[in-house]
Amino acid sequence: MKKKKKKPLTVEQKIKRRNLISFGTFFVLGGAGFGGWKWLTGSPKEAPGVTAGAQKPLRRALNSTELFFKKIFSNNHLVQTYPKSRAARRVRTNSFIGLRDPSFKLEEWRLSVLGDNGEVLSLCIDEIKALPKTEIVYDFKCVEGWDQIQHWAGVKMLDFIQHFKLEELARRNYVGLETPDGKYYVGLDRESAFHPQTILAYEMNDQPITDPHGAPLRLIIPVKYGIKNLKRIGSMRFSDTRPRDYWAEQGYDYYSGL
Amino acid sequence: MKVIKEKHPLVMRWTHWVNFPILAIMIWSGLLIYWANDVYTVTIFGHRFVKFFPDWFNKAFHIPYRLAEGMAYHFLFMWFFALNGFLYVLYTIFSGQWRYLLPNRHSFREAWLVLLHDLHIRKTVPPQKKYNAAQRIAYTAIIVMGFGSLVTGLAIYKPVQLYWLTWLCGGYTMARIIHFILTVGYVLFFIIHIVQVILAGWNNFRSVISGFEVKESSENVNS
Repeated sequence: MKKKKKKPLTVEQKIKRRNLISFGTFFVLGGAGFGGWKWLTGSPKEAPGVTAGAQKPLRRALNSTELFFKKIFSNNHLVQTYPKSRAARRVRTNSFIGLRDPSFKLEEWRLSVLGDNGEVLSLCIDEIKALPKTEIVYDFKCVEGWDQIQHWAGVKMLDFIQHFKLEELARRNYVGLETPDGKYYVGLDRESAFHPQTILAYEMNDQPITDPHGAPLRLIIPVKYGIKNLKRIGSMRFSDTRPRDYWAEQGYDYYSGL
Repeated sequence: MKVIKEKHPLVMRWTHWVNFPILAIMIWSGLLIYWANDVYTVTIFGHRFVKFFPDWFNKAFHIPYRLAEGMAYHFLFMWFFALNGFLYVLYTIFSGQWRYLLPNRHSFREAWLVLLHDLHIRKTVPPQKKYNAAQRIAYTAIIVMGFGSLVTGLAIYKPVQLYWLTWLCGGYTMARIIHFILTVGYVLFFIIHIVQVILAGWNNFRSVISGFEVKESSENVNS
């Protein structure tokens, strides 16, 4: 008889016990989650180096994600191209960092290719224009989120390397490009730099590139966001470690690949 | 006499609650990213009804000039969002819970009756199991939407390497628009969800934490 009387109580107790356990766990783990979030948002910035400006754990995450997505990168994955008629007449500009040097003279511009012991090549624009021309009409994508179909022409990076016999240097993991004034600079992984659609461009819409677009020679690298498409290339160097990169120093992903 | 009626399995409760802050972080970091190219509006016949987003909104949530930060958060929490979502879907498939969740051939008609009932136009509701017809549609739709966010997100994130996904989404621009609209959808879902949860009451809410509902057993009343 006693047992039977206890029966409804056991249900009550059961309810109580299960509520206690589940709500207890809910609030403890919820609190832990909130603590983790506070830790993440309050985590210190990374030590400034090749990359800077991001919080340490977030930079680690960016770098790991980059390694993961590098696995699906292939030179066979080509960016979609369009007929010339689709190309924008008014090509968008976004930034003039590295183009503001008042002492810069277009006629005196040379591309300097650097090896370990200084310059190995110094080229004027005509020496580059003498190489076979490659054209591309593709959708240029900005990290901000806008995109625009643009028409560029120049020397394929692969052709450039082959013609000037830079294969030995080009075996290294990274290519670093800088503007003549050194104010803007990008680092590119080898695979992206030598993607078959990466070009050193000197023409836009069949005309020589204008100053705001990086005259006389700029990088067009369709497998990267616009931030990697350096204007007015002054120097090119090859290295096994990551070259400095302007936007990676401002908290952006170093890879920034598409 | 009170009886315990099991309702939500542990995995479903946890994936639900884990998803809540993750989705909130994804939406917040998405706002930080969207701000850098905030071009979307609702414009009908030349009249702009809504601009995403007005200045006061951006200011209130400290959104401007945080693109890099937004991307860093977005590309970290996307992993958790995807993993948690896959865990939920796998569980519903293998546990058989999908039987209660997927709409069936009656659901769309019944959902209408549920809606009329909720709006106090009709007194009765069609009989239901764990979820009513409107819930079946809503909870299935939200999973489809989550999958859509993942796919359109990847299409924007790697439009060259995953060019086929971008193509599937109708191109880069369309993928970004769909990605944005789905997010607006989550916010609308959230508002209705919260109202419904409040209206459904404590017993229902508790079941999403502790897993069971407490019912009055009719047999006992008779005995």
